[in-house]
Amino acid sequence: MFRNQYDTDVTTWSPAGRLFQVEYAMEAVKQGSAAIGLRSKTHVVLGCVNKAQSELSSHQKKIFKVDDHIGVAIAGLTADGRVLSKYMRNECINYGFGYEGKLPVGRLVVQLADKAQVCTQRSWKRPYGVGLLVGGLDESGAHLYYNCPSGNYFEYQAFAIGSRSQAAKTYLERKFETFTDASKDELIRHAIFAIKETLQGEKLTSSTCTIAVLGVGEPFHILNQQAIEELIKSFEIAEEEPAADEPDAAPEVEQPAAGDQAAPPADEGAAPMEI
Amino acid sequence: MDLIQIRGGNLVDHESDSQRTQYCRFDVVAFGSVVVVGGGGCWLNQSVMGLAESCKLTYIVGGSAYLPCVERLVMRKDLCLIVRYPYVTGTSVIGIKYKDGILIAADMGGSYGSTIRYKSVERIKPIGKHSLLGASGEISDFQEILRNLDELILYDNMWDDGNTLGPKEVHNYLTRMMYNRRNKFNPLWNSLVLGGVKNGQKYLGTVSMIGVHYEDNHVATGFGNHLAKPILRDEWHEDLSFEDGVRLLEKCMRVLLYRDRSAVNKLQIAKLTEEGVTVSPPYALKTHWEFNSFKNPSAGAEGSW
Repeated sequence: MFRNQYDTDVTTWSPAGRLFQVEYAMEAVKQGSAAIGLRSKTHVVLGCVNKAQSELSSHQKKIFKVDDHIGVAIAGLTADGRVLSKYMRNECINYGFGYEGKLPVGRLVVQLADKAQVCTQRSWKRPYGVGLLVGGLDESGAHLYYNCPSGNYFEYQAFAIGSRSQAAKTYLERKFETFTDASKDELIRHAIFAIKETLQGEKLTSSTCTIAVLGVGEPFHILNQQAIEELIKSFEIAEEEPAADEPDAAPEVEQPAAGDQAAPPADEGAAPMEI
Repeated sequence: MDLIQIRGGNLVDHESDSQRTQYCRFDVVAFGSVVVVGGGGCWLNQSVMGLAESCKLTYIVGGSAYLPCVERLVMRKDLCLIVRYPYVTGTSVIGIKYKDGILIAADMGGSYGSTIRYKSVERIKPIGKHSLLGASGEISDFQEILRNLDELILYDNMWDDGNTLGPKEVHNYLTRMMYNRRNKFNPLWNSLVLGGVKNGQKYLGTVSMIGVHYEDNHVATGFGNHLAKPILRDEWHEDLSFEDGVRLLEKCMRVLLYRDRSAVNKLQIAKLTEEGVTVSPPYALKTHWEFNSFKNPSAGAEGSW
């Protein structure tokens, strides 16, 4: 990524057929702290790494309930993410009012993608700088989608976005074939491990991650800190099992001070577009 | 208290108005303190009502108003509140849930006031894959509703994503449509019966012209409410077989045929199950008129002509 004369506004094509502003928006997603999502036939689990601006502040909210049957995890400019979540909530409520049913998540995702596309084709707008992992239920079961600032959307069995998400993706790629028939607890376990991968040495505690679940017969809810703490403890006891698969299980040992300060300064919204 | 009826309702195109807004001119002449403003089914517009309020309006009934002395009024047609009247109407529709799905019965009559003008009006139509809609009331409004639903189902199909609008969604959509029209004093003059089956779940509901809506195991509109519902309450039960369901509906339709003057002896029964919709071809019910009281009509009152 380098500055060039074709990146001033989103309505300028480069000679290579690229819209640089859109690509820069996708960079903003990569700078945000990690968010992951995975699904089985009946459940979707969303997780994210809690990033706080400073030790004094609370962490950014990155997982939003959109409706009982839809939730979203974001990475990138959280303000944009908040605004899009409000749009999604509005659409769900309006559908519920007019049809007394649940807006199918596949249709919501298309509406969201069309909204993002508009911002890539107006000179007075800018693309949304947030990637959304939308998990939801509809008639055909549980779904997980990734909505990009470019206006594209893809359906996934499991995905991770944000900084150091490649580590989580590697873990998920190893395990995803078991997800379709996995139970809810197994999914949550995989989610926590995937988040652990993105932390890469930092201590995984219930205050550094957030997990949310939704499924058939189970409305969207965020797991409370205590539940997560217990799950983490139970996984640490059963370390032998994951250790067999992951060669780097050893660095689970505390490196608190070093690990935290080593975190990149590129917090959501704090890092401008300059590269 | 003097009451004068006003001739009015003449539409005048105001030439100076670039948008060609249409105006109703009501000649309002008042003697004494009370005036009736009427004509064309028009209600009072807001400015008149405001004026009326300041002049101590009593009350508004139907299409008339009781007003103190008011001068010549010119009202904009789009501000006029209109509650129209139905012209060609269908009579009762009855719907019941049975073992495999929904049965809806309606006759094929379209009355023009007290004349039975049309005798092949299909008043039950399938909607999408999962629903059936039966309507009583103004036939042209029913056709308008079908056009709206057609567009709704079309857009639903265009998503092509495995999700479809079920009977509950269609019922709710119809309720919103009817209620919103009613709020604009321009109702769709129908009572609707909406039934459907989706994913094994049976659904049967009704919506009236003012937006009253509910679901039940058996519903009826119009005269059916008074004549058919009591029979259904007594004789409907869960898991009726198809034959029993049809027999029950025919029993209700026969009572309606005897007692409802706008009923015709040509009916259709529509069936909807998980597999699909079948609307029966039109047929007639057998009736029995061999009652002694009918045999010698002039027995009680001999006349010369």
